[in-house]
Parts: sequence; structure tokens; C-alpha cells
Amino acid sequence: MSRIEALQGWIDARFPLTSMWKEHIAEYYAPKNFNFWYYFGSLALLVLVMQILTGIFLTMNYKPDAASAFASVEYIMRDVSWGWLIRYMHSTGASMFFVVVYLHMFRGLMYGSFRAPRELVWVVGVVIYLALMAEAFMGYLLPWGQMSFWGAQVIVNLFSAVPFIGPDLSLWIRGDYVVSDATLNRFFAFHVIALPIVLLGLVVVHIIALHEVGSNNPDGVDIKKLKDSKTGRPLDGIPFHPYYTVKDMVGATVFLIVFSAIVFFAPEMGGYFLEANNFIPADPLKTPEHIAPVWYFTPFYSVLRAVPPMFGSQFPGVAVMGAAVLILFAVPWLDRSPVRSIRYRGPLFKRALAVFIVAFVVLGYLGIKPTGVWGIMPEGIPLLGGAPVATVVAQLCTLIYFAFFLAMPWYTARDTYKPVPERVTA
Amino acid sequence: MKSFVTLLMVLVAGSAFASDATHPLDKAPIDLGNTVSLQRGAAAFQSYCAGCHSLAYMRYSRLTDIGLTEDQIKKTLLPAGAKIGDTMGIAMRPEDGKAWFGVRPPDLSVEARSRGSDWIYTYLRTFYRDDSRPTGWNNLVYERSAMPHVLYQLQGEVALQHDQGGEGHAAAKLVKVSDGQLNPAEYDAVTGDITNFLAWVSEPAQDTRVRMGFFVIGFLLILLVLTYNLKKDYWKDVH
Repeated sequence: MSRIEALQGWIDARFPLTSMWKEHIAEYYAPKNFNFWYYFGSLALLVLVMQILTGIFLTMNYKPDAASAFASVEYIMRDVSWGWLIRYMHSTGASMFFVVVYLHMFRGLMYGSFRAPRELVWVVGVVIYLALMAEAFMGYLLPWGQMSFWGAQVIVNLFSAVPFIGPDLSLWIRGDYVVSDATLNRFFAFHVIALPIVLLGLVVVHIIALHEVGSNNPDGVDIKKLKDSKTGRPLDGIPFHPYYTVKDMVGATVFLIVFSAIVFFAPEMGGYFLEANNFIPADPLKTPEHIAPVWYFTPFYSVLRAVPPMFGSQFPGVAVMGAAVLILFAVPWLDRSPVRSIRYRGPLFKRALAVFIVAFVVLGYLGIKPTGVWGIMPEGIPLLGGAPVATVVAQLCTLIYFAFFLAMPWYTARDTYKPVPERVTA
Repeated sequence: MKSFVTLLMVLVAGSAFASDATHPLDKAPIDLGNTVSLQRGAAAFQSYCAGCHSLAYMRYSRLTDIGLTEDQIKKTLLPAGAKIGDTMGIAMRPEDGKAWFGVRPPDLSVEARSRGSDWIYTYLRTFYRDDSRPTGWNNLVYERSAMPHVLYQLQGEVALQHDQGGEGHAAAKLVKVSDGQLNPAEYDAVTGDITNFLAWVSEPAQDTRVRMGFFVIGFLLILLVLTYNLKKDYWKDVH
């Protein structure tokens, strides 16, 4: 027995190192037919690690103080060695995190990865998405530019629309009557400690839940049904390591090429990743002409703006926006189709998903633009005359967004289906 | 609740204003590789702008990046009493700036990133005489700007002429009333240099960034060949 093996034995007698390695990596059998859409899980993990590492180094020079936060970011950009690179990696990473996570979620919808027995994998994933939104929102305040300040002001004010406790609630969140130094300090604490811990914990739960039930695949075939009679391994499964570790390395390299192209050649990404207004220090006395959240929140911002105030209250809009995110939790129980994957679903689901994606993208686009972007409806039209065209379109898209989920039990039950094969297809 | 409604109203109203037509911007002659232009821009900035506008995040010593030596910086650009490692601040006190101009002249360290180079370039070239303004000057890009036309000795005096029967800016144009020290082409060159300098100041590492980008992506492309072939080799037996 070599020394290394002896050490391994010593550890294994005290900690399940080898068995964990086998259970989650070397002998975790994943379907062999993963396609392009299956890269985004490992990429999300890659971005998370990158955000934590760059975040640690940013924290070394960033000052969570309203009087010096903006200057400390410029100090990082100019006087800290490689500070500009670390900062751009972090700011690009924030947006790319959402790119990757949105594609990851879309994959789940497409191939029915949320269906039994993977409901908890999906539910934990939605919680991760919520935590990520909070993490991104609080992080965006830290540069203390105009968009940081006013974006936070608008979002925290949403809570003041809650009946009865609203004003006290938003005051409690801010720790002041306006977004201020107190707010910056607590958002910093949440951004660098509380939420990263929550995120890491949730990611572990997400992966453990996944490995308990096994990965879905583009065919939605249950690979555990057919096993090799001698070895007990799934016939369509291959060990995660080395097959998917080497495959994910290819995915990671391609991702890093795209990522680097943004970091080195277009870190502002035309104003979508870093907004021009955020290069003006926060000024509580000067409201910017147009406040728009960063692109990854704009679909939900559009939903908020689409709902008109009722009974003199903005709460309906806030509630609908909240429901737009929370409805994702219900997806595993809304789908009544006998198959998982879109490959064996009928035209109803395919059309619904396509229209849903279009509506989501349109909502995202409109959320970036002022409501007047497409002009005003002609006066002659009943009910809608005089309303901004973009608002009417956003209202339509909001209806489509909710219809996709709420009508799912109906259209998935009535859809036609193709027979699902026994084995995965090539 | 009330504050939220107010804020939403501000947003809606604000977006209505934002859609108003603004003065078209000219393309600024940005060339960060042109160190001579950057040096001229730095000198012009120190002569004409640095009395009121700081570059508070920029250090004098960093000007070595645009080809100046520390000696040159000390002799030509450094104000009396300042050290080479200092940031490019101003002597004017903020409260004086507010008293004299009604608003504190903004720091210009990242102006080229918030407003854009084209805005700065056009702004510097569209001042005109307007006696209704406290400073006697107005600007086409930034109406009712608090800043006087500090370059008027170079450009000469310009007035806004309204065409007969015309309305608004569409029918108005700038006409020269008196000559300055420079002809229009020379004036464009000076303002172009200042804009170029401010574009560089807004992110001094941008040249390094782009240069490094090619190396990083080159490295990743080689890595891609390796990882791709590694994957292909491992997956030979998967059918």
C-alpha cells in the first residue's frame, strides 16, 4: 500500500471522502445524451466561484461608506493593480450569471426537468434564483452611482405599497427615510456575507437533491429503469467523471471566450451591463430622467409598470410582479402532460412555450425603455385610446406570461403526445 | 405609499421628457493611441478647464502613460505645491463654485463615461452668446448650462441666429460674430484633443485592457483545442 493510499484509508476511516467522491462524481451516472442546454448548470457554478473570488479582492479596496464608495470604485479601477480587471470580471459576472441561469431555467422548462421526482430540484432552483436576485440588487447599490441609488430607491419603495405595514416596512429595510449610508452598509453586509452563504448552501442542496434522483435528459427518459444486469449501472448512463468533467471543460472554455470578449472589449456592453448614469455619483437631490433597472430585472419591472394602480394604490402592480416570480414554484404541479421532454410533446405546449419566451423577451426590452418608446394609441380606440402603446403591449405580454403558467394544466392535459422511447436517442 | 406614487409619477414624467428631441451630437475624434493629441489635450485641460474642474480620481503620475516624463509633468502640468503622486484636484472651494456658478462644477474623471465623448466634443463647440443668461453664454447641447464659454478667445464669439419664420432649434443655427485666435479647423482640433484626453482619463487602463484581451482570448482558443480534443478522446467509446 502506497503512502497516498494509506493516507486515503486514514481519512476514509474518519470522513467519507472516497465514498462522496464516488457518489457525486466518479460513480454518479448521468445520461449520455446531454446536449448544448446542459452546459449551463456547471457554468452557473463556475460564475458563482468567479464572483466569490473577484468579490473577495474587490472587498479589500472597496469602502461601504456613502462618502467614499464611488471614489473607492474608481480607486480600484485606476490605482489597484489589476483592479479594473477584477472589477469588470465581477460586473460582467453579475450579468452573465443571469444569462446562464435564465438559459438553465429555460432548459428545465423545455425538457420537463421539474417533473416528478425532480420537483425539489426545481423548487430549490427557484429559491436560488430569488437569492440571486437579492444578491444582484444589493450588489448594484455598492458602486453608489445615480442608477445604484435611484434603482434601490424605487425597489425599496415597492415595499411601501404593501397595505398597512408598507411605509414601516420600507423604512425598516432602508434603515433611514431615504436610501443612505445606513442602507449602503447593510446592503454591503447582505451582499458580501449573508446572501453568498445562503447561495452556497442552496447550491449544495440543489446538487444533493439532483444526485438523489438523477439527472433528467433531452428525451425525458428515466435512465434508471434499464440497468446492466451484472454491474447495476444504467445502460444509458455514463460516469460524470471523466465524461462530463472533460465535456464541461469544453463548455467552460467557450464560455470564458465569450466572457473575456465582454470583459476586455466591451465591459459596459453598450450600457446594459454598466449603465452610463452609474458613472455619476449618487445624488439624492437629482432624480435621473429615466430610471431603469439592469436588464435582468426588466421583464418583472415591465410587469410592475403594466398593472395600473387600483383604488389609489400601487400594491396590485407590486403583488402581480411578486406573483410573476413566485408562480415558478408551482410549475411542477401545473404540468399534466404524460411526458417530460418537449421532443414528445404536442403543438399546444410548443406554441405556448414559444409565445411565452417572446412575451418574456418583449417585457424585458420594454422594461429598459421609457413607456413612451412606441408612442401613444390613437384616441378613437375604446378603453385603450391615449394609452402608451408600449404599456398596452406590456399588459398583453403580462397576460401571456401568466396564461402560460395558469393555463398549463389545461393545455398540457389536452395536448397530443408522441410515444417516449425506452432508451435515450443519440 | 405616497412617496412611491410620487416617484412613479416622476418616472413617467421623466420618461416623457427623455423622449424629447435633443441636439444631434458630432462624432468625437477619439484616438487613444495618439499620445501627441492626448498630451496636447492634457495641456489644454490644465490651461482652460482645471481652474474649476477636478479630475479627482486621476493622479498626475499616471500621465506618464500618455508619454510624458515625470520631469515634463512637474515642469508643465503640476500646479505649485502639488506633488506628482497627487490626484488632479482643484484649488477652488466647493462652496465658492456654488456661489459663483449656482452649481458646483462637476468632477470630470468619468465624464466621458457618463455623458460620452461625443457629448463633450459637441458641447465644447456649441456655445453661443445669450445675454439672458447670468454668464452671458448658452449652449445648444446643454441648455442653460451654468458654464461660461471659457474657450471663446480661441473660438471667437458665436451667436444663435433664428431663421425668418423658423421656430425652435431646428431652424436656428450658430453663426460667428467675431474671429478668435484660431480658425474653425484649429478650434475643432483643440476641443478634439481635450475630448480625447478626457476619454483617456475616464478609464486610463483601457488600452491595456484591449491589448490584454487579444492575449487572453488567444490563450483560451489554444485551450479550446486542447479541451475539445481531450473530450473527443474520452468520448470515443460512448455510442
